[in-house]
Amino acid sequence: MNTIVVGQLQRQFQDYIVSLYQQGYLDNQFTELRKLQDEGSPDFVAEVVSLFFDDCAKLINDMSTSLERPDHVDFKQVDSGVHQLKGSSSSVGARRVKSVCIAFKECCDVQNREGCLRCLQQVDYEYKMLKTKLQDLFNLEQQILQAGGTIPQVSMN
Amino acid sequence: MAEVLLPRKMEMANDPSKFGSPDLLHVLAVDDSHVDRKFIERLLRVSSCKVTVVDSATRALQYLGLDVEVKSVGFEDLKVNLIMTDYSMPGMTGYELLKKIKESSAFREVPVVIMSSENILPRIDRCLEEGAEDFLLKPVKLSDVKRLRDSLMKVEDLSFTKSTQKRELETENVYSFDSPVQSQLKRTKI
Repeated sequence: MNTIVVGQLQRQFQDYIVSLYQQGYLDNQFTELRKLQDEGSPDFVAEVVSLFFDDCAKLINDMSTSLERPDHVDFKQVDSGVHQLKGSSSSVGARRVKSVCIAFKECCDVQNREGCLRCLQQVDYEYKMLKTKLQDLFNLEQQILQAGGTIPQVSMN
Repeated sequence: MAEVLLPRKMEMANDPSKFGSPDLLHVLAVDDSHVDRKFIERLLRVSSCKVTVVDSATRALQYLGLDVEVKSVGFEDLKVNLIMTDYSMPGMTGYELLKKIKESSAFREVPVVIMSSENILPRIDRCLEEGAEDFLLKPVKLSDVKRLRDSLMKVEDLSFTKSTQKRELETENVYSFDSPVQSQLKRTKI
């Protein structure tokens, strides 16, 4: 094992994950998820976020359909979708996605179709952005493991 | 006077940490969210619980054998120590599930915990009034699960100790239950 390489990768990982927290992509719940991962369940975080991104895609698609026709918006369906999205984003620590959901719910409550469409677009952007960022993070993890190192536990105090 | 060996089970009753695999807490978790199901399952596994996860209240009732008019045979052996259910679910809510469980003779003693992402006081009150053991805000924490498990293990241990005591009294042996050491040294009266 090349300790210098491992050290560099670990620092890179540390810096990257800290930046994700600082930029508001992730919150403490993501830290909690990472704590639940161990040698017995090494892919737990990746699996949960994967389910989350699948959820996002499906819910956004359904809400898009509900919002499509200006004269016939199913706000009840949209509200249900936002509620579910807010719930799952909260469960994985997807902070920005969750923030958009809060604004989204407000638009839904007053039946503001334009506002809802804007939020829908924003939530779509945010989840895809997070997906890319986390993919980069998981790739770094893989590189560390392949170089024979261990993934640092990052404390965000 | 003969010295009598204490049965092994008596030692176990005095040592609450001895919970072998048949005595693992079995938790039934109910949530319509795939993400939350995966999360709660992991939380429970990490907390050394046996877990069964279902995606709806209907499926939970099916699992417990409560979904049919006629009581099914074979569910007497089903041991569920705790039910954790999401509140907001399509179809039957967690609250409705709670009521059905409390109405059943087979499972009304099983503690039911409600989980919700919304901190709505009237909702919490309603659930507790209906007999919910606890109401947890999502995302559920590891410390919440640990707290639940610890309090349930105490109850299980207590009932086990009581049943052992009962057995001892039935065989007309006189033992002190104050301290394990004392019990081991005491002798039966002939």
